[in-house]
Order: sequence, then structure tokens, then C-alpha cells
Amino acid sequence: MIRFESVTKRFANGTTAVDDLSVEFLEGGITVLVGSSGCGKTTTLRMINRLVDPTSGTVSLGGRDVRELPAAQLRRGIGYVIQQAGLFPHRTVLDNIATVPTLLGWGRRKARARAAELLEVVGLAAESGKRYPHQLSGGQQQRVGVARALAADPPVLLMDEPFGAVDPVVRTLLQDELIRLQAELRKTIVFVTHDIDEAVRLGDRIAIFRTGGHMVQIAPPAELLARPADDFVAGFLGAERGLKLLSLISLQDVPYEPIAAVRTTDTAAQARAEATGRWLLAVSPDGKPAGWLDVHALDGSDSIGQAALTPVRGLTDADSLLSALNETVSSPTGMAVRVDAAGVLVGASRDDVVHAHQRSLA
Amino acid sequence: MDLLSKLVAWLTSAGQWAGSEGIAQRLFEHVEYSLLSTLVAALIALPIGLFIGHTGRGAFLAINLSGFGRALPTVGIVTLVFLVSGLSMTPVYISLVALAIPSIVTNTYAGMAAVEADTKDAARGMGMTGLQSLWRVEVPLAAPLIMTGLRLATVQVIATATIAAYVSFGGLGRYIFDGLAQRDLTQVMGGAVLVAALAVAVDLILAGIHRVLFRHRLT
Repeated sequence: MIRFESVTKRFANGTTAVDDLSVEFLEGGITVLVGSSGCGKTTTLRMINRLVDPTSGTVSLGGRDVRELPAAQLRRGIGYVIQQAGLFPHRTVLDNIATVPTLLGWGRRKARARAAELLEVVGLAAESGKRYPHQLSGGQQQRVGVARALAADPPVLLMDEPFGAVDPVVRTLLQDELIRLQAELRKTIVFVTHDIDEAVRLGDRIAIFRTGGHMVQIAPPAELLARPADDFVAGFLGAERGLKLLSLISLQDVPYEPIAAVRTTDTAAQARAEATGRWLLAVSPDGKPAGWLDVHALDGSDSIGQAALTPVRGLTDADSLLSALNETVSSPTGMAVRVDAAGVLVGASRDDVVHAHQRSLA
Repeated sequence: MDLLSKLVAWLTSAGQWAGSEGIAQRLFEHVEYSLLSTLVAALIALPIGLFIGHTGRGAFLAINLSGFGRALPTVGIVTLVFLVSGLSMTPVYISLVALAIPSIVTNTYAGMAAVEADTKDAARGMGMTGLQSLWRVEVPLAAPLIMTGLRLATVQVIATATIAAYVSFGGLGRYIFDGLAQRDLTQVMGGAVLVAALAVAVDLILAGIHRVLFRHRLT
């Protein structure tokens, strides 16, 4: 889909931003370009929509050299999202989203109708369309940035550190949204970040760049983590490379067994009768795990609702082996509590079972 | 009678306002000179400010020339052009236009330069041509500062347009120069008060327009 052939970019000041790059990015997948600053990842991205022209070599999109079309026309067919969203401060959110359709001559009414539709797609309230960018939070602005890039339904989306300026909680939320959107839309996405965790979460393939504009390795996240090409890649993936690998493996194949539990509405006597040791799992009346109950702390109280519960996080099959491992470490019983998609308790996996599964993969 | 009550009497006498030499006529002339000068200055200065703001080229030269222009004494220009071209309104217009250009150029440039690089990058990345980015993004964003430059220039020109009278033409300066020649302090004060009032009134009107136009802006 997107193809670089012996592409080199040297800037006027003599620095080589990209050095003899030949690579093809997957159609309908997310390719993440990572590397420290000045490694040429952003320049590579910007050569796709010709915000930067290569010194030598060719970049082609869908089999056609990107230089065949006038730059402005080419760009209208490619979605572009940047850090801080780069929204137009003097235009309403709706008009911001309608930018490319307007440039394509759709007409005001149609462009606005499409913009309103996209507000919903990216999870923003319809009323926010009438507001101005500075009236939105950073996360909301970034959603508008994504909506604006999607407005003319381009097959390709270029994202340059789009979530770099928002706090970690919002960033995770936006990443989840992107994963959800991509499952529906199947765009060819090129995503630049310096955050390796973000790359592992989002990428179908990850390309690692080293200072001087060399692409060192391109591979699916699991392969990259399991077999880094050299010390540079291993170093970039960090000391917790093994744990990151576990974050890619789901709990689907990890067995669990039934576990005894009391309801938070039950009496202390019932809890004592049920308990086989010091700790007992408590669930809320709708069956969702509420916390670990310390039976020894029940002395003197009638119901267990008042007793302090140690927090528990129920894991679904979609959660990762890493989070299960984390639960076995942080729960007082060494058990990872399992729930169904609705969050209702189904059982628990013992730490030795989790460890055994992890070893079976190695 | 003390000066103040003489001044009030001068300003409020009906005879003073009417006729071909009355205040109404002088006010009209003053506004005419100022408006025409500012308009011509804007026609020259806006394209220059927009060009250097959009391309980033020639900024150093333009800003320094503007500084130089501001330092020029207006009466000096009037006298100089008068000596070269003879008696006409030309020297007055030239000096007033020269006075107005620097404020408009520097403010327009400053407004354009203040548009964030990310915003311009987004405009290009969305597929706007250079001109589309200029008219749809950069100029609207620079508009508040451009407007401030125009407002500043207008007020400066109104305050300075009294020099038309220096070379025997009309406007509110008439009262100041005639009053000085006749040692009629009341008339001098009356003229000064009228010029100041006109400048303040126009500034307030332009500020009001500014607030209405840019009510959605942060700054």
C-alpha cells in the first residue's frame, strides 16, 4: 500500500534524517514508527503526504508515485492527525471536522452533516460541534483531530504523536478508542510515537528507527519483543521486554476453577462458615467481585458490608497474561479473579496455573 | 470669564458650528483627510504585512523600515514634500500615509507570525494550498492584531491630521493654527479638545467593533 524505495532525506543543514529506507507498510493495518527524537520517524511520515520531499528515492501510495498528483490534492486523500491536534482555533468543532470535505467541494450542508456523523463516531456529544477548540479538554481536542482526519473517509491515516500531549489516563482511553475504530474501519495507519508501550499496544507491526535515519527492524510486536534484531532494539524495548511480551498474550487459554464467595449483603456468620482460610472473596449482589474479605477482621460485626475489603480487579479473557500475573502478586491469596464480559464472577486462576501457562509459551 | 467657561461657550455657540468655516464642516474635513490617508496606508501596508507574515521573508527589512518610518517627524515630511511639489494636499496625504504604514505593517506581521506552526502545518496537511491557508486560516487568526494595527493607525492619523492646516488647508487643525496666530487661546483649546474627542470617539467605536467581531476568541 505505502512503499518506500531507497528513500533518503538530507536537510539543507547537512543532517541525514532518513537514510536509504526501503520498506512497505501493511494495507489495513497499523504500522508504528518508533525511535528517539531525531531518528527520522516523523520525516518518514511526512514524506508520505509530501510535507517533506525526499532527496532521492520514491514513495508510492497504492502503486502510484506520490509526486504524480499536486501536493494539495494528494493530501486531501490522506488523513492527517498531529500532536496537540492542530485544530483551527477560529472555527467551531464542526467546521474543523468539515475542513477536507469543504476543500473537496462537497457543499456546506453535506460537509456539516458528515462532520456531525463523525462527532458520534469518535465519541463526542453532538453539542460539542458548536463549540470552539479552546473550550474542549485536551483529550476531546484530540478526538476532534481524529474526526477531522477521517472526514473524507481516506484509506490512509497518518498520525504524528497524536496522543503525546495528554495525560496517561486519557491516553489509554484514546488508544482504546483507536483500537475500536480501527476494528471497524480497517484503515492503513502509519503512527509515529516515541512511547514503546503505545507502539506495542497499537501496532500490527512496529518499525524501530535509530538516530541517523536507519530503520533497524520492522516486525509484529510479539516477534520484536521475543527476537530483537540487535542490542539497540533490545535496549530500546527496555528491561521489561519480557513483561511487555506477556501484555500481548490474552487469558483465553488460561484455565480457571470455581471459587467460594460470599455476598456483601451476607452476615458475618455466613462468611465465617464459608471461609476455609483467612481470606474470602466477596461479590456485590449482582455477582461482580467486590474485594477480598479478611475473615479475622470480622470480629464483633454482624454483616460484612462494613468490613474493609482489599481491592480486587476481575479479569476477562481479553485481559493480558501480564495483568493476571500482576493480580496474583497483589491479591492476598495469589489468585487472579476471572469474570465474564459483563463483569460477573466466573472463577479464579491460581498463581501456579498462571506461571505454568506463561512457561508453556516460552 | 475664566478659560473653561470661555471654552464651553465657544464649543456650544450655534454660530460656531454652522457655515463653511464652522465646526461641522471642519470636523467633516478632518474625518475625510484621516479616512483617506488610513485607507491608502492600509492598501499599501496590508499586502506587505501579509506577504512577509505568510512567507517569513523580508521580515527584518520591513520591521526596521517601519521603525525608521515611525521616527520620521511628520511636520518635516510635510515641509519637505511641500518644497518639492508645491502647495497642495499631496504633502499632507503623503506624511499621514507614511505615519500610518508602520503600525499596520508591524501589527499585521505580528499577527501572522503568532499563528502557531502546528496550525499552519495542519492546514497544509489537510490539503490547503498556500493561498487557501492564507485566507482561511492565517488571516482570520491574525485578524484581531491586524485590526488593532488599523485602529492604532487611524487614531494616530486623526491626531496628526491637524497639520493640514499648517499648509493652509482645513480640518480641526484650522482652529489650532488660527488661534495661535491670533493669540486666541480659547480657539486653540477648542480645536485641541475637538481633535482629542474625535480620536477617542473613533477609538471607542473601533474597539466596540473589535469586541463584536472577535467575541469567540480567547485573546
